[in-house]
Amino acid sequence: MNRRPFDPRLLRRVPAARRDLVLLALLGLLAAGLIVAQATALATLLATAFAGRLDRAALAGFVAAVAARSVLVWAQGAVSARLAATVKAALRADLLGAVARHGPGWVAGQRAGQLATLAGRGLDALDAYFTGYLPQLVLSVTVPLAVLGRIFLADWSSAVIIALTLPLIPVFGALLGWQAQAATERQWRRLSLLGGHFLDMVAGLPTLRAFGRARSQTEAVRRMADGHRVSTMKTLRIAFLSALVLELVATLSVALVAVPVGVRLLGGGLTLQTALLVLLLTPEAYLPLRAAGSRFHASMEGLTALDEALTLSGSAPAPTGRTGALPDGRGEIRFESVTVAYERTTALRDVTLTIRPGERIAVIGPSGAGKSTLLNLLLGFVAPTSGRVTVGGVDLADAELEGWRRQVAWVPQRAHLFATSLADNIRLGTPDAEPAQIAAAVRDAALDDVVAALPEGLDTRLGERGHGLSSGQRQRVALARAFLRDAPVVLLDEPTARLDAAAEEAVLSATHRLVTGRTALLVAHRPALLKGVDRVLRVADGRVTELAPAGEVR
Amino acid sequence: MSGPSPELTVLRLARPYLKRLVGAGLLAAATEFAGLALMATATWLLMTAAGQPPLDRLTVAIVAVRALAVGRGVLRYTERLAGHDAVLRLVTDVRTRVFATLAERRGAPPRTGDALSRLVSDVEAVQDLLLRVLVPGAAAGLVSVLAVGLTALVSPPAALVLTGGLLLAGVALPVLATLLTRRAGAEVAPLRGALAADAVDLTHGAADLAAFGATGDALGAAGRRARRLARLERRLAALGFAVDAAGVLVAGVTAGAVVLVALRAGLDGVLVGVLAVGTLAAVEIALALVGAARQWTGLRTGLVRIARLVAPGPQTGPETAPQAGPQAGRAVVAGDVAAGDVVAGAPDVRFERVTVRYRAGAPAALDDFDLDLPPGHRVAVVGPSGAGKSSLAAVLTGAVHPDSGRVTLDGRDVSSFPPDVLPRLVGGLLAEAYVFHASVRDNLLLGRAGADEAALTGAADAAGLADWVRDQPEGWGTVVGEQGGQLSGGQRQRLALARALLAAPAVLVLDEPTEGLDPVAADEVLAGALAAVPAGHSVLLISHRLSGLAELDEIVVLDAGRIVQRGRHADLVATAGWYRDQWLLQQAAEHGYLALSTRSA
Repeated sequence: MNRRPFDPRLLRRVPAARRDLVLLALLGLLAAGLIVAQATALATLLATAFAGRLDRAALAGFVAAVAARSVLVWAQGAVSARLAATVKAALRADLLGAVARHGPGWVAGQRAGQLATLAGRGLDALDAYFTGYLPQLVLSVTVPLAVLGRIFLADWSSAVIIALTLPLIPVFGALLGWQAQAATERQWRRLSLLGGHFLDMVAGLPTLRAFGRARSQTEAVRRMADGHRVSTMKTLRIAFLSALVLELVATLSVALVAVPVGVRLLGGGLTLQTALLVLLLTPEAYLPLRAAGSRFHASMEGLTALDEALTLSGSAPAPTGRTGALPDGRGEIRFESVTVAYERTTALRDVTLTIRPGERIAVIGPSGAGKSTLLNLLLGFVAPTSGRVTVGGVDLADAELEGWRRQVAWVPQRAHLFATSLADNIRLGTPDAEPAQIAAAVRDAALDDVVAALPEGLDTRLGERGHGLSSGQRQRVALARAFLRDAPVVLLDEPTARLDAAAEEAVLSATHRLVTGRTALLVAHRPALLKGVDRVLRVADGRVTELAPAGEVR
Repeated sequence: MSGPSPELTVLRLARPYLKRLVGAGLLAAATEFAGLALMATATWLLMTAAGQPPLDRLTVAIVAVRALAVGRGVLRYTERLAGHDAVLRLVTDVRTRVFATLAERRGAPPRTGDALSRLVSDVEAVQDLLLRVLVPGAAAGLVSVLAVGLTALVSPPAALVLTGGLLLAGVALPVLATLLTRRAGAEVAPLRGALAADAVDLTHGAADLAAFGATGDALGAAGRRARRLARLERRLAALGFAVDAAGVLVAGVTAGAVVLVALRAGLDGVLVGVLAVGTLAAVEIALALVGAARQWTGLRTGLVRIARLVAPGPQTGPETAPQAGPQAGRAVVAGDVAAGDVVAGAPDVRFERVTVRYRAGAPAALDDFDLDLPPGHRVAVVGPSGAGKSSLAAVLTGAVHPDSGRVTLDGRDVSSFPPDVLPRLVGGLLAEAYVFHASVRDNLLLGRAGADEAALTGAADAAGLADWVRDQPEGWGTVVGEQGGQLSGGQRQRLALARALLAAPAVLVLDEPTEGLDPVAADEVLAGALAAVPAGHSVLLISHRLSGLAELDEIVVLDAGRIVQRGRHADLVATAGWYRDQWLLQQAAEHGYLALSTRSA
């Protein structure tokens, strides 16, 4: 995996980061200057100490340089942390905003998981990159240049030695890096295989136990882990060689500089102060480059997250905010030769259908036949690949969706409940609903016994994704939402799936109350739901057929 | 929390590798010391040379500088190899211990991918504790002591100053860093958790939010929380980096103070220089402890979890069940059932007033449930999801202990069978059957070790998998990918079914054996599987599909943990109730006619 140390897209996407990046660069320059100043002062201090005297000015200078460097270290940390926090907050807003812009159709499926992880904890991996790697990257440019310049002024022959050996660090780093990278990547695959095996075994424990094999596999786990150790050591022997070479370049350079300087001192061709300055500064030239290299690996995870976030939030162009005509929910709903094709399958083929105002229609058919797609079209989550859907004569493709959705109450198969109070969950979308209205919706949805049994009633906080309620109770919360919405069009998607008989009974009667007097499209999988509907449609293989005239479905 | 610290638990496991670890620590100390000595010797060399002595006075120093320069690299290399070798050995042990502990537990292992990957990273925490905290920490400590000792030989007052600096850099600052990191973690963690929940709500609940026009509000709330987190992180980072800043200051001030003290004591100029440069290097080495302390704080939670898994604790030992209980009727004694045998006769299975409740206060999954499964009988359990069907299988196979009541095989409680023996009697295809990242053959052999080719083919044939296997270039050796990822859902299901048929326990449990298959294939596979069950074996079939149940001896309809209907297929279809409703609707959905109007009395 080859990655650039800095992603230029960041500057475009998070303009607020620019100021801090410039600040970091300035601090890097300042730090380089202070390193030179500190070494100069120390060299002077020690050269006079050689003569047995204390140079107070040099001591004061040294301590001042140290104090200034200390403040600078703090400033670098604070600025880089501020940068990290800014970037993370901006990218989070970007990612979550992309969800809002592109709509549920874009988020569905795997992308939802990736987005949730990335916007949640994934981006926190950026801390290591911004506070660990990036400041070092700046220093690895400024410090060697400053040090080299200072030494050149003092003793050009030493500067030549350093200038010749210094590039060996990135060159060897890259050369050995390739080697080590290849080896490390092979190792990674093996490691993930082992991690995978270990996980595989743990995840499959119930099955192993079901066949009486759990204990006998312990030996297999040990064998695998031991095999992994042996092969890891083999690669490490090579991988650490690169570290050895880099270390040797740095330490041998000190020896290469110090010994000739010492010999020239002997001949009187150099002052002690200059010699000490060269000695003190030489290691400083190599240090930041090596530190940046070693921190690069720790920041890989952050760079990957950054790349993912920039790619994801910048992928599809944002649909423009629509201010089209507002469909009237009390009008006729028509599907005109609608075909919906997804990447792999075609969900609906050439569907033509008219739903008259106030009509209650049941939709049945095998799972995966396209029933939910019918509802998603009406909600505007999915756009027809060809054909059109109109409500009261207005094509949904150019309708004002927000306003249209306000006239629709939707009870999905598995309503998402939020980690807030039960009341907030019910008044989702109608945040200013009166308590009396909520109470009525609760009653209508047959949720009152549930509320009564909860410790804090409607104020009870639900866990993440509505944890704490059974599926039947959650379904009734979704119904209560729909009742509170009090919309002319109702869309229900298998509201009694996965419910036991008692819960189903409660949800059924609530459902019947809900659809009375409204236009309703009801995806059904139980005969009981067909009671009282006007028409039954069957969806199979993406085609819709009318099943029974209203009168016969009793 | 009571008990020993997690670090001690881990170190106790490390005892066999103590020599290697100490060796690695000594090498690490030698590496650091070589670095310090290199700078100190080079300084001595230069300052001595300034006095212009004869060249031979410098020879030793010149050789030493070169040797130290090379030696440091080589020492570092051997240190890293030695350390990794010792730690990887330890990690092998830890992995094995963790697996053994989980295997011994009756409860379910961590189910979610998150918890599983945490298990892997927790094991790595052990590695980091040693390689990044303990070994470098010990080395830094050792070098500090050595540096103070050597300084004391030259100038006791300077040694005193150095000691002060090292205590600040190596003790006070690391403690401060630990406290700050811990506090930051405690403050940041809840906000990060809330933000993660926001992200889940906004993505997984995107459809609900959009349909109810609440996306904007939710987005605003999440944005406010993200900004609050950013503010908090900035504030905490400013505090945290103050420790690093203090480190730089301590190093410089200590060096300056050493020069001052040494000069006051009238020490030789050359030695003053050596002490100053050495002090800078020594404090720098001690400052590594700040990083180690931060690492350690981050590793703590993982270590606590691992320690809990590998701690010897109250030894439960292998659960060799007491051989008590009436060995009634047929001889299904543990010792008689060797692995690999096909059991001849089936035991009499009885559920006696079984109640299962997964959480206190939750509705019972099984409610005072009674059922007999005489030898050789074939019974189907049907009902809506959540009715308790899978709990039935879990109780029967001993995976879940009933809260009250019991399940017996020939009168003997299932919990009294050793865990290696029970699967030969009762088992098969259970909920969430797992397919391992191994060959088809290995996955099948899990059912019956040492089964021959004919047995494999027979089972695969019955499950409708044999044709697919024949078509694969690798045949039985085809690797199925992680969690069977290279297989389609249907093939995975067939593989799990074939494994169950190969295992051929006396009481075969089939939990939704045709899940994920299309209706035609489902009918075929179910018929094939039932035909492949040896005569005399019992079958407990759990299904939400009602096709293909006509031949079974009895069908039990379960709802909310109780039996609401029972009988044979023909009778149940003729009676009003859940079974008939569901039968009609499934027929309508699968075959395209709605027989609703044919409701006869």
